Amino acid sequence: MAVLVVAEHDNASVKDATKKLVTAAKAMSGEVDVLVAGANASGAVHAAAKIAGVRKVLHADGATLAKQMAEPMEALITPLMANYEAVLLPATTTGKNAAPRIAAKLDVMQISGVIGVESADTFVRPIYAGNALITVKDEQAKKVLTVQATAFKAAGDGGGASVETVAAPGGPFKSAFVSEEMAKSDRPELTAAKRVVSGGRAMGSAEEFHRVLDPLADKLGAAVGASRAAVDAGYAPNDYQVGQTGKVVAPELYVAIGISGAIQHLAGMKDSKVIVAINKDEEAPIFQIADFGLVGDYKALVPELMAELTKAGV
Amino acid sequence: MKVLVPVKRVLDFNLKVRVKPDGSGVDLSNLKMSINPFCEIAVEEAVRMKEGGGGHAPGAATEVVAISIGPEQAQETLRNALAIGADRGILVKVEGEVEPLAVAKLLKAVVEAENPDLVILGKQAIDDDSNQTGQMLAALLDWPQATFASKIVLGDGKATVTREVDGGLQTLDVELPAIVTTDLRLNEPRYASLPNIMKAKKKPIDVKTPADLGVDIAPRLKVLRTAEPAKRQGGVKVKTAAELVGKLKEAGVI
Repeated sequence: MAVLVVAEHDNASVKDATKKLVTAAKAMSGEVDVLVAGANASGAVHAAAKIAGVRKVLHADGATLAKQMAEPMEALITPLMANYEAVLLPATTTGKNAAPRIAAKLDVMQISGVIGVESADTFVRPIYAGNALITVKDEQAKKVLTVQATAFKAAGDGGGASVETVAAPGGPFKSAFVSEEMAKSDRPELTAAKRVVSGGRAMGSAEEFHRVLDPLADKLGAAVGASRAAVDAGYAPNDYQVGQTGKVVAPELYVAIGISGAIQHLAGMKDSKVIVAINKDEEAPIFQIADFGLVGDYKALVPELMAELTKAGV
Repeated sequence: MKVLVPVKRVLDFNLKVRVKPDGSGVDLSNLKMSINPFCEIAVEEAVRMKEGGGGHAPGAATEVVAISIGPEQAQETLRNALAIGADRGILVKVEGEVEPLAVAKLLKAVVEAENPDLVILGKQAIDDDSNQTGQMLAALLDWPQATFASKIVLGDGKATVTREVDGGLQTLDVELPAIVTTDLRLNEPRYASLPNIMKAKKKPIDVKTPADLGVDIAPRLKVLRTAEPAKRQGGVKVKTAAELVGKLKEAGVI
């Protein structure tokens, strides 16, 4: 049985999530193809063809796919499923938007946010914000999965997959792209960053949030994240949110500053390798999962930390 | 314009989740159940479309119908939606868990009977965290969808919806009828007032069954077991920033 991985990409190259999904797919099947759907995406196609273990790259290119919106993605992928037993999409906002539309058209139940592949038809996924894990058997003829990329290791390079062109859907569609406001940042992307520095409600304002976190993030080469409380209060934009309903991250180093550690936040970062918590409340739940806890006022401790990092040559 | 708002009864978001010792599921016995927070946001938005507020002209919606698929007690969840300001309720009575695909099929049957111009749903339920129902319903109806909404502007035969996406915000136009799913920042739901809670008790709730709607709700997936995630061991408290940097060096992360 062949498995199709839908690439997460920016047209120029594939995101790390794509390589992680290939690893998940290889645990299901020896025949793994990657679909690159975009506009002028030949850069991403070349990158996908180099991923080790990929049999074939399907390249669909056209204006209707420029924003990978749900309607055209469904119109593209549903017919392709005649050749595949399973399709894996990343559990990103793009994948979560399109996948159930495909599943419903195929009349199958989808499995969301897969973090483990036990066999070709048995998967592990979190429920209740990661407070419980269920093992699910899917015996449907076609399977539609969204996959939490951080749970898998990235497949290496060194592959030489063939490329096949498939037609982009023509439309018309009942939804139309109007505009976007994308965060511009020189920092690494939150879900792919090796280090993440996150702030919580304790920051008190957007100015303070950036005054405290930005220099530390720059020093560590880290991405900046935020708790839901900080995003709800307007201190940080929505795309910073780490947690059950935001992004799931698993960096080597996660530094939580002024974050109490609500369950829904922990669900988004508890798989980080090393967690540091700085909080003035020594009873804060974040300390129960932090590897290293520093109790005190971040206003004093973050500058001290910056100075110590400088001394240590960071 | 008529708006349909599906709402789900879930374990109250403040309560701790306990996995049953035999791994057969999550223990919900005698625990407080509430309206799913994302569904509450959906009800609030629909009611603002009727009353005015949140950027909507009064009367933009003429009727708000809440629907829940669940056990008899899901009537309480519907009463909650009616207290916020929905006009009437529909309960599709089922026992046990119903998968999102079956929920979407039940909703499709109700949409075909009610003919709403807009269906607003929560983007996900905080129990199964599936994030599927709205998109599936859109597919089954061949309607456009705008998921993870943080702003809805109603226009002539369309809605302009701003969505929370991974890189920031994206704005779409969707032709009506359409499906919108709510994210956290769309609005802050009101606390229902006592007079409105009393009034809600008198609003009508129509009860149906999946058989009435001609939908097979048999599950497609088999849950083999439910387990607690591996507990992360808490570490140590350090006294100074210098000690922290030392530990981070030892751990090899800086």
